[in-house]
Amino acid sequence: MGTTASQLGKDLLSEYQELTFLTKQEILLAHKRFTELLTKDEKDRPNIRISMGRILALPELKSNPFRKRICHVFSTSEHKDGSLTFEDFLDLLSAFSDSATLEIKSHYAFRIFDFDDDGTLDCGDLEKLVNCLTGETDDTRLTTEEMRQLIGNILEESDIDKDGTVNLSEFQHVISRSPDFVSSFKIVL
Amino acid sequence: MPPKRKDNVVIKVEDVGMDVDAVIDSGSEEEARRRAKNRRVRPQRKAKRVSDDEEDEDEEDEEPRRKGRKKKAKPRDSDEEEEEDSRSVKSKSSRASRRKAAKEESEEESEDDRQKKKKRGKGVSKQEKEEQNKEKKGQVKGKEGKDKGGEKDRKKKSGKFSSSSSSDSDSDDQSLSEGEIEALKEQVEEKKKQIATLRNKPWRIKRRLVILKEAQDFVEKYEGALGKGKGKRLYAFKVMMAKKWIKFKRDFENFKTACIPWERKIKDVESHFGSSVASYFIFLRWMYGLNLVLFGFMFGLVIVPELLMGLPYGSIPRKIVPRAEQDTAMDFSVLFDFRGYCKYSFLFYGYYNSERTIGVLQFKLPLSYLLVGVGIFGYSLMVVIRTMARNSNEGGDGAEEGEFTFSWKMFTSWDYLIGNPETADNKYASITTSFKESIVDEQESQKDENIHLRRFLRVLANFLILCSLGGSGFLIYFVVKRSQEFSNMENEDLSWLEKNEVELVMSLLGLVCPPLFETIAELEDYHPRVALKWQLGRIFALFLGNLYTFLFALFDEVTAKLESEKAIKNATEWALNQYIANYSSHYNTTNVPPQNVDPADTLRGPCWETAVGIEFVKLIVSDMQVTYLSILIGDFIRAVLVRYLNYCWCWDLEAGFPSYGEFDISGNVLGLIFNQGMIWMGAFYCPGLVGLNVLRLLVSMYYQCWAVMCCNVPHERVFKASGSNNFYMGLLLLVLFLSLLPVVYTIMTLSPSFDCGPFSGQEKMYDVVMETIDKDLPSFIGNIFVYATNPGLIMPAVLLMVLAIYYLNAVSKGYQQANLDLKKKMKMARDEEKNRRNNKDSTNQVMKDLEDLLPDKSLIPPPTEEEPPPPDVVIEKGSKSPKIKPGAAGKGVKLQKDVSLAATNPRAPVNRAPGPRRAPPGNARGPQPGPGRGRGRGGPPRQ
Repeated sequence: MGTTASQLGKDLLSEYQELTFLTKQEILLAHKRFTELLTKDEKDRPNIRISMGRILALPELKSNPFRKRICHVFSTSEHKDGSLTFEDFLDLLSAFSDSATLEIKSHYAFRIFDFDDDGTLDCGDLEKLVNCLTGETDDTRLTTEEMRQLIGNILEESDIDKDGTVNLSEFQHVISRSPDFVSSFKIVL
Repeated sequence: MPPKRKDNVVIKVEDVGMDVDAVIDSGSEEEARRRAKNRRVRPQRKAKRVSDDEEDEDEEDEEPRRKGRKKKAKPRDSDEEEEEDSRSVKSKSSRASRRKAAKEESEEESEDDRQKKKKRGKGVSKQEKEEQNKEKKGQVKGKEGKDKGGEKDRKKKSGKFSSSSSSDSDSDDQSLSEGEIEALKEQVEEKKKQIATLRNKPWRIKRRLVILKEAQDFVEKYEGALGKGKGKRLYAFKVMMAKKWIKFKRDFENFKTACIPWERKIKDVESHFGSSVASYFIFLRWMYGLNLVLFGFMFGLVIVPELLMGLPYGSIPRKIVPRAEQDTAMDFSVLFDFRGYCKYSFLFYGYYNSERTIGVLQFKLPLSYLLVGVGIFGYSLMVVIRTMARNSNEGGDGAEEGEFTFSWKMFTSWDYLIGNPETADNKYASITTSFKESIVDEQESQKDENIHLRRFLRVLANFLILCSLGGSGFLIYFVVKRSQEFSNMENEDLSWLEKNEVELVMSLLGLVCPPLFETIAELEDYHPRVALKWQLGRIFALFLGNLYTFLFALFDEVTAKLESEKAIKNATEWALNQYIANYSSHYNTTNVPPQNVDPADTLRGPCWETAVGIEFVKLIVSDMQVTYLSILIGDFIRAVLVRYLNYCWCWDLEAGFPSYGEFDISGNVLGLIFNQGMIWMGAFYCPGLVGLNVLRLLVSMYYQCWAVMCCNVPHERVFKASGSNNFYMGLLLLVLFLSLLPVVYTIMTLSPSFDCGPFSGQEKMYDVVMETIDKDLPSFIGNIFVYATNPGLIMPAVLLMVLAIYYLNAVSKGYQQANLDLKKKMKMARDEEKNRRNNKDSTNQVMKDLEDLLPDKSLIPPPTEEEPPPPDVVIEKGSKSPKIKPGAAGKGVKLQKDVSLAATNPRAPVNRAPGPRRAPPGNARGPQPGPGRGRGRGGPPRQ
């Protein structure tokens, strides 16, 4: 199941094509980029994990405010350290690819936004989300009052069942109407 | 006691399954459904079941076989029981051993194992059947089968075994009854479907891989077994072809994506600047593709035939430079003005000969010329409309803008493509501003501090812009007129500036006016999005006005040329007649040989078509020059200066005044659109123009990509790409239509030059079509055409079209209405839900207004007055006034605070208690807005 160090097996390649939204070239490119991140001795080992730090050094993820969340969501590591195997990496690229469906994208978007991994977006998640979106610097931060109002408005709009949190179906309902979600929820190597 | 035994077996299978499947978790609805189905099918089985999909699927697979076995088991004699017993014992033992193995082995292998078991079950059932026919033989075979079952590599063999045995004897074939085959087929189809949709499941890839492998194995195994007798081979073939086809399709997809040009370049740009800048380049690429096709038409059907089969250069007057110009015809300055050799080359209309057919193929060049000229428009129209339709389909149902403003800002505003820290910083800033803006918008819907000043400023701004639009139009008209005067003067007397005045002025206007408009628009103080729309509209008006002024001035010129042409035509005819008369009188013969004049020396008309073509080419070229120069100077030089002078300058150049250029998406897109408009207009008079445009777009692609990547900074205020795509397409469509008009006008009304171009000698250009119909097509087609052009037929046709339009319009209105109704219903359902959660009588604004309008509360029976309120209502009452109620959230809180501070304000939304009858009469009811107003967007408190 793992990747051979230099080249992907043909069967595996076709299976990956079957399972992801990526084309052959994209998978090969992903593999190349992935192996570039590995050190010499790691290349021989199958199923190697790359630590989150090294993944985050990729220029495609470097300036993304959700980079850590993305790693955590796609990681299958038992230690919850956000490290990725090649397959996790493919999973990530597939979800962020051009041809992935809205459903997949919104599902993963929800997981990414769900900072505490409890299955719903509550006030804490939303607050963290806003902080991510407005950047680290203080001058772009919102004040507490603004934050409260913003979150209130968001809940007012999208929290249909009024339980104070946004769950997956509510989230997907909101997202599916958005004109630019699919075009902007993309990462291309 | 066969039933009992069966149960044992089942339980064992399921035990094994449990061991295996504990590894894999489950979750999706589909599985749940399938599970439920399974339970429904076999309610009698009480065996404990692991809640797992794969196991269930497997059980489903085995189901029909088991059933068949049960049926067969019942009529069996007691003789067989011994043997049956012994076999079951054996099978038990083997099963047990395998169970151990299964525990030890990894997931996949254990899966294989299960499949082996399936196989064996099948084999066993077959053997049982045989036993009914011939006991002993059956026993032997059964043992054989079991032995095989014990082997490790059974998996492969069992497939062969089952298929071979079924093909060996007829009885085996019957063992798979019709129903079983059907069921199997269904399962195979289901698995196939599963394979196809697997990528749509948000599971881990590992899990998907496992399921895929399993499903593939299953399909592989059973696909071959399906079909009977002769149909089998066909079936196998079909299956194989289907597989090949899928593979081919996938490869083809890969190939197609590999063939899209500049994909990587655009992705680079995308990752630096986000999707909006990339949308320009995607548009550019699309335009390039379109132009390539147009060029293909033009090149293949007009230029190449004329070059290959037409008369060579210098053979006839229209194909040679006149003697007077020959000295300077090769000068660069002349060529650069598209005079000299350029003017008399295949690039322009005048070069083409009017011979009806050319070459051995009898190619009808004039007809082809006309059809290509019109076909370019037809094709472009089709492509643009198709693209628009596709875009609008992708756009989704387009929910109302206002419904999810905040949520969309929150959840979808980040552009994940951004890979550049600078862009990311800009994005942070713009997101923050947009948050703040919308909060402010929400807080105070409209601050109307000085509406009169604002209005005055807006009127002023519009006035100024109208002035500048008119001014630019006048300037162009003036310049074109002047250029006509210049063209009558000697070429040598004119400076370069005077010769290229028109193009220069037009390009400069295009360069100067948009920033001017932007500056003026500052006065208006619109919301940026609105301002952008105004800006685009104004630039559009400017370009359009300029283009049309140019065209009208050109038409003036054309009519003047037509006049002079008439004179020349008369003169040549007179000269010819004179020559003939002289010749015949001199030699006294009627057989006059043609005049022996060098083609370069003949008197010739001005050929207005070529002149128009030259104007367009010059326009395009100067536009190109200005664009490229402005990029070079405005972006590159500026960036270089800012970058390097910054080390020794008194203020920060990068952050301060000049800073780096921004990529002006809307301006560039509009420029592209108008360029295309000019191509469409000019292509008829200048077949080479399309080729030139292809080159231009190619250069633009690389040049602008480079410029953007190396010297631009991302926009401060990025506007989204997706919404504007169809907007651009709409503009393109409009421009296409507008450029169609003059061309069709000239084709239908103006008479072509008498001595140049493919239509020379004809009264009107479209006469070519008539001629072809008359001479080359069978007569009945000509008749049909005559009938078709009969007003008696055209009028009803037009009427029919009008009716059709009316009908379609009505239908679409109906759909819109239905859409609206559905939306209303959804909203109502949502409100209902909210009400129920909030335990309020109504949050619906309409209902509340209605309640407000009721004369007094006596109409409403006061039910809750004496009754003890239900507990949740009490809680809500308690929590309501000071704190957040679940629905009202932040906004509500703030308002209530305001109320407590400024209690005297009578219009402030005091929250009505759930039992409204308690409030003091009149005050609470009458003029007061309901609580919903306070937190709705409608009426914020005046402070």
